[in-house]
Amino acid sequence: MKTIYLDNNATTRVADEVFDAIRPFFTERYGNPSSMHFFGGSVAREIVNSRENMAKLLGASPQEIVFTSGGTESDSTAILSALSTMPDRREIVTTRVEHPAVLNLCKYLARVKGYTVRWLSVDKLGMLDMDEVKNVITDNTAIVSVMWANNETGVMYPVEEIAKIAAARGALTHTDAVQAVGKIPINLNKTDISFLSLSGHKLHAPKGIGALYIKRGTRFSPFMIGGHQEFSRRGGTENVPGIVGLGQAARLAMKNFEEENTRVKKMRDRLQQGLLERISQARVNGHPGNRLPNTLNIGFEFVEGEAILMKMDEKGICASSGSACTSGSLEPSHVLRAMGVPFTAVHGSIRFSLSRYNTEDEIEFVIEETPRIITTLRAMSPFNLETMKAACVVQ
Amino acid sequence: MWEYTDKVKDHFFNPRNIGALADANAVGEVGSLACGDALKLFLKIDPKTEKIVDASFQTFGCGSAIASSSALTEMIKGKTVEEALKITNQDIADYLGGLPKEKMHCSVMGRDAFQAAVACYRGEAAPGEQPEGELVCECFGVTDEQIRRAVRENNLSTIQEVTDYTKAGGGCGLCHDKIERIIAEIKGETGVIKSIESKTRKSMTNIQKITKIEEVLEKEIRPSLQQDGGDVELIDLDGDIVKIALRGLCSSCPSSALTRNGIENKLRELVHPDLTVQEVNV
Repeated sequence: MKTIYLDNNATTRVADEVFDAIRPFFTERYGNPSSMHFFGGSVAREIVNSRENMAKLLGASPQEIVFTSGGTESDSTAILSALSTMPDRREIVTTRVEHPAVLNLCKYLARVKGYTVRWLSVDKLGMLDMDEVKNVITDNTAIVSVMWANNETGVMYPVEEIAKIAAARGALTHTDAVQAVGKIPINLNKTDISFLSLSGHKLHAPKGIGALYIKRGTRFSPFMIGGHQEFSRRGGTENVPGIVGLGQAARLAMKNFEEENTRVKKMRDRLQQGLLERISQARVNGHPGNRLPNTLNIGFEFVEGEAILMKMDEKGICASSGSACTSGSLEPSHVLRAMGVPFTAVHGSIRFSLSRYNTEDEIEFVIEETPRIITTLRAMSPFNLETMKAACVVQ
Repeated sequence: MWEYTDKVKDHFFNPRNIGALADANAVGEVGSLACGDALKLFLKIDPKTEKIVDASFQTFGCGSAIASSSALTEMIKGKTVEEALKITNQDIADYLGGLPKEKMHCSVMGRDAFQAAVACYRGEAAPGEQPEGELVCECFGVTDEQIRRAVRENNLSTIQEVTDYTKAGGGCGLCHDKIERIIAEIKGETGVIKSIESKTRKSMTNIQKITKIEEVLEKEIRPSLQQDGGDVELIDLDGDIVKIALRGLCSSCPSSALTRNGIENKLRELVHPDLTVQEVNV
């Protein structure tokens, strides 16, 4: 059975070009870039190249890039650094729809370290209220952390504008751009953004490599303390294959922006239109326009997400769900709940996330198979529009 | 990804007895759309023999919920009501070759639906409509009676297990205290606390008091505060005045007075009846 991979916001396949670039660094050029000998030292040159590519992708300069182990480390590093370099400010501003890497860190900082966290709410389309943003950022705010794009819905946030507001109050801004980097053009150079986190495996590089952008002039306190690597901003021998891969992936991303935003977007739109046309009582979660080009989150009412995923899996279709059952917790996605997605749809919400490796034929196959799956499950369900109308009248 | 047995997969992909039963004379409904799973069970019971002639179901829920429903209908068909009432949630799980522990509540739902259907048949109020006992978990609408039953039948000993079997405590977590008390009550672990009580009621030195207070804070109080994002620290003991500082979320919580009272009651109960608790800012 052929696998149709529509879960690229979870992780992506390593690009062939990336894999080819990495391979020699395991068994041939395995030297330590810090070594005095040419065998090791020549590897350092590759790290320089990767840093340059990464900087170019972000519109930054190479000195502003620190390689890390991934998105979570970058997020923790940025937020903890801001708090320790601004000890007089005791507040963090973030959103209710952050990835757990930021969300749970902020909860921890509130619980254990006594910081006050100001949680920004979102509307039905998943968008922030900019008036609330302006009101909540004060002279007591150390850092504002707002994701560039949401992993579940693809909704994008005006991080540049928020950074300007934060800067006016003397606060730093961090953005978790794990889902945005590589999918949409980013140019940090003229912004007030102090920190940006990214993860390699979301843009066709391997897992276990990421980067943190630290704006020049930002006071910084390292998270990983050790050797002199990464200009003493992140100790530990460099993950050379990972760094080489990430640099290569950055180069590819620049080349493929157009495809991401035309062909991939077209396939996503076709999938959306095809599913909505064939399946009644289905709704798109998230702002229809202000969304990553590859992400589609649809709530199928009166059916449950895990059951849908299992039936899709049987057909070789990989997607993910915001339902409670898939996460192992009992509550459905915090993102969809923050958006007030009605409970008739929240449990049956499925995220399709595409990449440039998907084909039009695959999308047609999903459009063909999904309605059957939903129909079968709905036939089993004790709920439908009629029973719900009755229930809603009672409420 | 869940590790489902082949039997679970079989009952999910090829569910038996789906749909409403036109001539059903008993219907049992449990769960809700909001909770993420619901089961409506239809039975045709022969009034003369009380034999379950036919059974079918409609389920909204995950793979194991659908599989548990399907398994249940297969298990009860042909049995008398009395025989079928003996089926426990563990029997349903066993029939399926086991369920992941986080999914045990699916088997509990099956058993509850059957009992609701039998109640309906006998003209009693369905347990689902008027749940017995006091509401413990408000997020998922679970009562103390339901929790007691799951604890007894499945020999549960932790909050996590209770959540796995009944969903209680899987939401905001505010009821974890109550769940713990129910478990302790059933396990007869109150004995442990009693023994602290009897030993400590006599006169104690300050050192003994401090040790005991620390122990009670650690075992009885801290876990529930930490569930809510708070913490407590013992600052000083001045005669019978226990000075504490509330940390984290507790420090800014408007109901910290309640927390202080709660701590005082616990300490009076378990350490010494003359203690008073004072909150200090350090």
